[in-house]
Amino acid sequence: MSAKIVARAAEKRFQTRQGWMTALHDFDLEVAEGEFLCLVGPSGCGKSTFLRILAGLDHATGGEVRITPGPDPKQPLANVVFQEYAVFPWKTVLANVAFGLEMRGLSRAAREATARRWVDKVALTRFVDYYPAQLSGGMKQRVSIARALANDPQVLLMDEPLGALDAQTRAVLQEELLQLWEESRKTVLYVTHSIDEAVFLGDRVVVMTAHPGTLKTVIEVDLPRPRDLGVMATPAFAALTGAVWEALRDEVRRAMAEQA
Amino acid sequence: MSVRRPERPARPQAEEAAGPRAKAGVAAWAIPLGVIALTLAAGFGLELWQGGWWALLAIVFVCVVLLAQELEPRLPLRYRGAYQRVLALGFPLALLLVWEWLAGSGVLNARWFPPPSQIAVALWELTVSYDRFNRSSLLGRPWLLPSMFAESGWAGVQALVRESHVWATLSRVLGGFVIGAVPGVLVGMVMGLNRTVRMMLDTTMSAIYVLPKIAIFPILMLVFPNPFGEGPKIAVVAISAFFLVAISTMAGVQGIDKVYLEAGRNFGANRAQMFRHVILPGALPIVFSGLRLALGTALIVIVAVEFVRADRGVGFMIFYYWQVLVTPRMYAALAVVMALGVALTALLQYVERRAMPWRRGSDGHG
Repeated sequence: MSAKIVARAAEKRFQTRQGWMTALHDFDLEVAEGEFLCLVGPSGCGKSTFLRILAGLDHATGGEVRITPGPDPKQPLANVVFQEYAVFPWKTVLANVAFGLEMRGLSRAAREATARRWVDKVALTRFVDYYPAQLSGGMKQRVSIARALANDPQVLLMDEPLGALDAQTRAVLQEELLQLWEESRKTVLYVTHSIDEAVFLGDRVVVMTAHPGTLKTVIEVDLPRPRDLGVMATPAFAALTGAVWEALRDEVRRAMAEQA
Repeated sequence: MSVRRPERPARPQAEEAAGPRAKAGVAAWAIPLGVIALTLAAGFGLELWQGGWWALLAIVFVCVVLLAQELEPRLPLRYRGAYQRVLALGFPLALLLVWEWLAGSGVLNARWFPPPSQIAVALWELTVSYDRFNRSSLLGRPWLLPSMFAESGWAGVQALVRESHVWATLSRVLGGFVIGAVPGVLVGMVMGLNRTVRMMLDTTMSAIYVLPKIAIFPILMLVFPNPFGEGPKIAVVAISAFFLVAISTMAGVQGIDKVYLEAGRNFGANRAQMFRHVILPGALPIVFSGLRLALGTALIVIVAVEFVRADRGVGFMIFYYWQVLVTPRMYAALAVVMALGVALTALLQYVERRAMPWRRGSDGHG
């Protein structure tokens, strides 16, 4: 398998009033085609910055960050499922899901047919003409996931997409997300601060160091797929989350000490 | 994960809460009722109305509020809506009745505060009559339209429209509002989107914004070839609307959550698509609150201008009937201004609901 996402000595520096601040430093990463990669790290370690660079919302100030383009030049490179509920409140569920396709100039009939299929897949068929304000948080985030997947990007970028949800809704959506991913096996970069979530979803978990963010360690998750929430009760799962926490603990302490 | 519905207090709870309070409830009813009775008795018996009518009214008002608050939780839920309407409409009605009675009994000087019944009669007279001295009427005598049209065609219709005070004011307000608001939205959008333009214009705009627009009316009269025509009047309304709308539109654009802009960019929206799908709808709620303010201001400004320099318009009516001391008609003209304000606001709210369907029936987010 070839590397879909490549980062070599990636560097991101911001100018602030206090001077230059390094968010990302000497960051190396390769994500294989079809891999589900989870990125964890203490807050402010630059994991979201890396995702934003991949999404084209920011640019690296040094090194190299790229997504290897696929054979179809029309297929978008990367779409994001954002942290908050970034679905447009002024568009219906259907129009939100069809948004990317509309921007690409697809005809109304074509984009609505695709959007309807994705609305069905995320179990929002009844709510297709609702506006986001009429939906719960979990439903809004399903719309956001469907909006990204309906656009059929080569890489799916997820920036703590379930962070704002309550624990139960979150568990349900994690499982639904895995089911959707099993169907397409897209390359996914998933940023989270939940260790359980990272181990449950990912093929590999990348732990980043506290500021400036760089790669600390990579943990292979060899749990069998397809997974369901039952896997969380297994000793293997506990061993993996323990290993991630082991790597993360010192970084979280350092980050907290720096912020204090 | 279900559709949100407005919460309704459970009915049994309300009854339970009322139970232990039953004893206190009797006092809560009896005391205000007793105070009202005493107040009225003292008012009539001791002729207290003459000097202290406002104090007696205040006491009665407080007691009515206390009674209504006792009553509300005892009403079945299905009557709550009707109850709220009774309160909302009943209060102004009661106010008019009290006014009528105070003016009729001579407590208020009826020359300066004519009873509402007289005002209503004056309003009716204004509606159906033609003022020969000013060669004008309130609505332009629409019942003459067919005969005038048969007699002299469109020229006849125009003559009728021209004699109407309401049409004069309405055309100035609407004309000026549209002429001011449309560029206001455009300039506000540019200011919201472009930092350089914003930095250059913001201070200047804020300075002009606080200037009372009636103060620049003399300049506008000099600018237009016919200083006494419609030009300066429409222009002053347009200028008032422009700055209000521009400033609120700018705020609306700046207030759009960054995440929507990033989502737009990430899904490949070009500039035009970004504007049409993200910036415009994102700013619309604040734009509309600016438009509402601008509409109210437009009405204020036009009435002030018509005081100063006009021979048509409701502002002219108010000032004219004050000068000739026909106060019922002056009040009738004030009522027309209020009616215009209510009607224009309702029209704008209708447009607003049509333009932003996502805010209908929602809980107010976004």
